[in-house]
Amino acid sequence: MNTPSENGTPKPSSLSIALVGSGGSGVMTAGSLLLEAAGRAGLYGIMTRASGPQIRGGEGAALLRLSTRPVFCHSGHFDLLLAIDWLNADRFAGEIPLDEKSYLAGDDKIPDYFVQTGANIRDISFKQLSTQAPGLRPNMIALGLIGAAIGLPMEELEAVSTKLISKKGEDAVRASLAGLLLGASHTSLLDGIKQIGKNLDPRTENPPDLWNISGNEAAGLGAIRGGIRFVAAYPITPATEVLEWLAPSLERIGGVLVQAEDELASVNQLIGASFGGTPSLTATSGPGLALMTESIGLAVASETPIVVVNVMRGGPSTGIPTKSEQSDLNIAIYGLHGDAPHLVVAPLSVGDCLFTTQWAVHLAETLQTAAIVLSDQSMGQARSVIPQPANISFPTKRFIQSEAVENYQRYKTGGSGVSAMALPGLAGCQYTADGLEHNPRGTPSSRAEDHAQQLDKRHNKLVQHDYGEHWAQIEGEGEIAVITWGSSLAPVQEALHTLAKEGINIRLIAPRLLLPVQPERMAVALAGVETALVVEQSHGAQFFHYLRAFYAPQCELQSMALPGAVPIRPDDILKTIQKLREQK
Amino acid sequence: MANTELKAKDYKSGIKPVWCAGCGDFGVLSAITKALAGLKIAPHDTAVISGIGCSSRIPAYVNTYGFHGVHGRALPIATGLKISRPDLTVLVTGGDGDGFSIGGNHFMQACRRNVDITYIVMDNQVYGMTKGQASPTTDADWDRSKLTPHGTNINPFYPLVVALASGANFIARASSSNPGGAAEVISEGINHPGFSFIQILSPCVTFRPEQREWKKFVRPAPIDATTDPTTAARRLMTDDNFYLGVLYKGDRASFQPDFEENPASEENLEEEFKL
Ligand SMILES: Cc1ncc(C[n+]2csc(CCOP(=O)(O)OP(=O)(O)O)c2C)c(N)n1
Ligand code: SF4
Repeated sequence: MNTPSENGTPKPSSLSIALVGSGGSGVMTAGSLLLEAAGRAGLYGIMTRASGPQIRGGEGAALLRLSTRPVFCHSGHFDLLLAIDWLNADRFAGEIPLDEKSYLAGDDKIPDYFVQTGANIRDISFKQLSTQAPGLRPNMIALGLIGAAIGLPMEELEAVSTKLISKKGEDAVRASLAGLLLGASHTSLLDGIKQIGKNLDPRTENPPDLWNISGNEAAGLGAIRGGIRFVAAYPITPATEVLEWLAPSLERIGGVLVQAEDELASVNQLIGASFGGTPSLTATSGPGLALMTESIGLAVASETPIVVVNVMRGGPSTGIPTKSEQSDLNIAIYGLHGDAPHLVVAPLSVGDCLFTTQWAVHLAETLQTAAIVLSDQSMGQARSVIPQPANISFPTKRFIQSEAVENYQRYKTGGSGVSAMALPGLAGCQYTADGLEHNPRGTPSSRAEDHAQQLDKRHNKLVQHDYGEHWAQIEGEGEIAVITWGSSLAPVQEALHTLAKEGINIRLIAPRLLLPVQPERMAVALAGVETALVVEQSHGAQFFHYLRAFYAPQCELQSMALPGAVPIRPDDILKTIQKLREQK
Repeated sequence: MANTELKAKDYKSGIKPVWCAGCGDFGVLSAITKALAGLKIAPHDTAVISGIGCSSRIPAYVNTYGFHGVHGRALPIATGLKISRPDLTVLVTGGDGDGFSIGGNHFMQACRRNVDITYIVMDNQVYGMTKGQASPTTDADWDRSKLTPHGTNINPFYPLVVALASGANFIARASSSNPGGAAEVISEGINHPGFSFIQILSPCVTFRPEQREWKKFVRPAPIDATTDPTTAARRLMTDDNFYLGVLYKGDRASFQPDFEENPASEENLEEEFKL
């Protein structure tokens, strides 16, 4: 099925723009305003940020891609690199691929690296221009130039700028609008971009309602839609925005976010709140997930529902906190000690962070276990203009013991394996939730029969559940398949779209449910496939090995595993598939 | 809190403790049940939370709701529970290893946060459950553990002093040899708002048999609880660890965020994303 939130196929005809500048130059603001204005004009888009190692105020790059169709990843070619200044800009060289078709706009101190790409150079000094009148800001001039060059209506640029700047007073607004116009008056410099911009006419018959949202915000909203009312967490890049969005939002609807002393505390606070009946969630990244694993096992053993959103970053150890990688798959799948069946799900796009987090809450609550949501930096921190995600609701209801019974058994076996949970306050059903192995009553037990029964119970309730069509996104036909997951889906989809236009059909399988594994469903999805390319962003080919271990596919599996730092690009995937087809 | 006519024994679950005969923790169990019965707090409105250790086994032995978590993390579980269910009476029980070593940071942060829970530490200056290693409260020259045959050679930790410095709102010491006295202190701790910390001297007769003598050393503190942190600091820094009773009572308000349902619906939250 399609991602419920975004079912358009990305079209490669799009415009990629990078804005770079040193600290304080306002490139991120200009980038955000450009995305917002483009969204209001009916365009889809994505914006990611790259920055130097400084904590605050160092050089930065706003990387945007705008398109008439939903777009979820960057391409291997940037049309325009615009610099407020060039200080340390070459740091971003790897993230901004340029060629002879690209345009470079900025003052004349262009670093050699960029000159050597052969890109068309356009001399314009935004800083110089900003001295023409008091209050002019180089970034607003740059925004006016790009906006006008790609044909965005000036009133949209003005509206988003006014909204942002109004709190700084009328003079500031006036100066920023003057900046936009001054920039727009230089569009003749970017005639080449104007040509590309013409393809970006957003007017469609029935434009869908668009949202401007990041994956981390979407995960937060999914949590609330799923029913989360208690969050405890410790800040960590790149997950903090989930918490920053949730804190005020929970407050508005009658929930609470507690900043805990560490991840050991946050996960245990969730367990406590959930034991009391409140659906609970935390967000973290690899180092935090590592600290939480012992207690995630406690949630599994004590059958206390909790959700852990893990926004992956480059690892191991502190790794690359600001860059994406899909290398926490192993710890999410295998990281708990003992036999600890739990849920692992992975969103497939920025918008799907909403659906998948909401689904994870539903599953954790329904199955009374721990769910790990594996998002990643590239989805989490990307700001996207997407079609408004569908408002899906699940029949989420924790199986609660509603009245007193004789000999209440919290860990009663049999049936679906999910047993009624009494909440403190209910007279006559007092029990002790326990991470020690226990009998159905909850009394600690080291007897082999009790252990086997409870292991079966915790396993069966997960494998017997029907996860329905949400388990994976599956598209297309063909003897070659690509199996991928998470944020790697976007470049794969784009590559397959290019191939489809050439009449080459490839099957696409992207599981959203990673644990419990679904070998039967995967076998159906892979029927008739001879070779499957496994695309992922990890050095150790973790997903490839996971597929080999749990799915034993009949077809030949080939691995395309690239480590993080730079995103996987559609072109890389196209090349690999072409090679694979030649081999055949 | 519903009024009940229950006796202390009605607060016991009937499960036979795994403890060694003579273990101080029996006295603490009976002090807790006495205190709950005395306060007439219904067992189903109470939750006893613990980590891992001999002392941490208590939740299974009381007839309240309980959570027996992992080693060192009882306080965060209790924090999450009490914040989201302020209607419940929440007690935390455990050992000195659980609370001051592996869980040491949670101890300090729980004192700071001042959620309205009562934390009872059965201090036996040893890891009982893992068969007799030194704990943070063990004297530096105790050399009876195979892991530290020459003693730990590190200064012991003074939990009451740390509790005061970290912001606990109620600090007391009791002895398992006098369950009645301990029950009174526990009742007072439960009734006092904010984070109440109670150290109960609770001998490990198996690995620290010399602690049987403690009952000869313990005595009521000569003066009443102070509300002045400076006085409390002087008292706690100079006491010989055998004065019993409530030693400090603060007046900080409990930490309790508001869970009031607000009229703003989830739909309103989505407005900010719409273009
Ligand atoms: C993460 C972890 N490390 C180590 C242990 C082993 N362990 C169990 S109880 C314990 C110490 C208990 O000592 P204390 O808290 O003083 O309680 P007592 O048994 O003396 O009552 C240790 C080290 C464990 N359960 N979990
Ligand atoms: S080992 Fe020590 S603390 Fe543990 S039950 Fe025996 S006497 Fe009590």
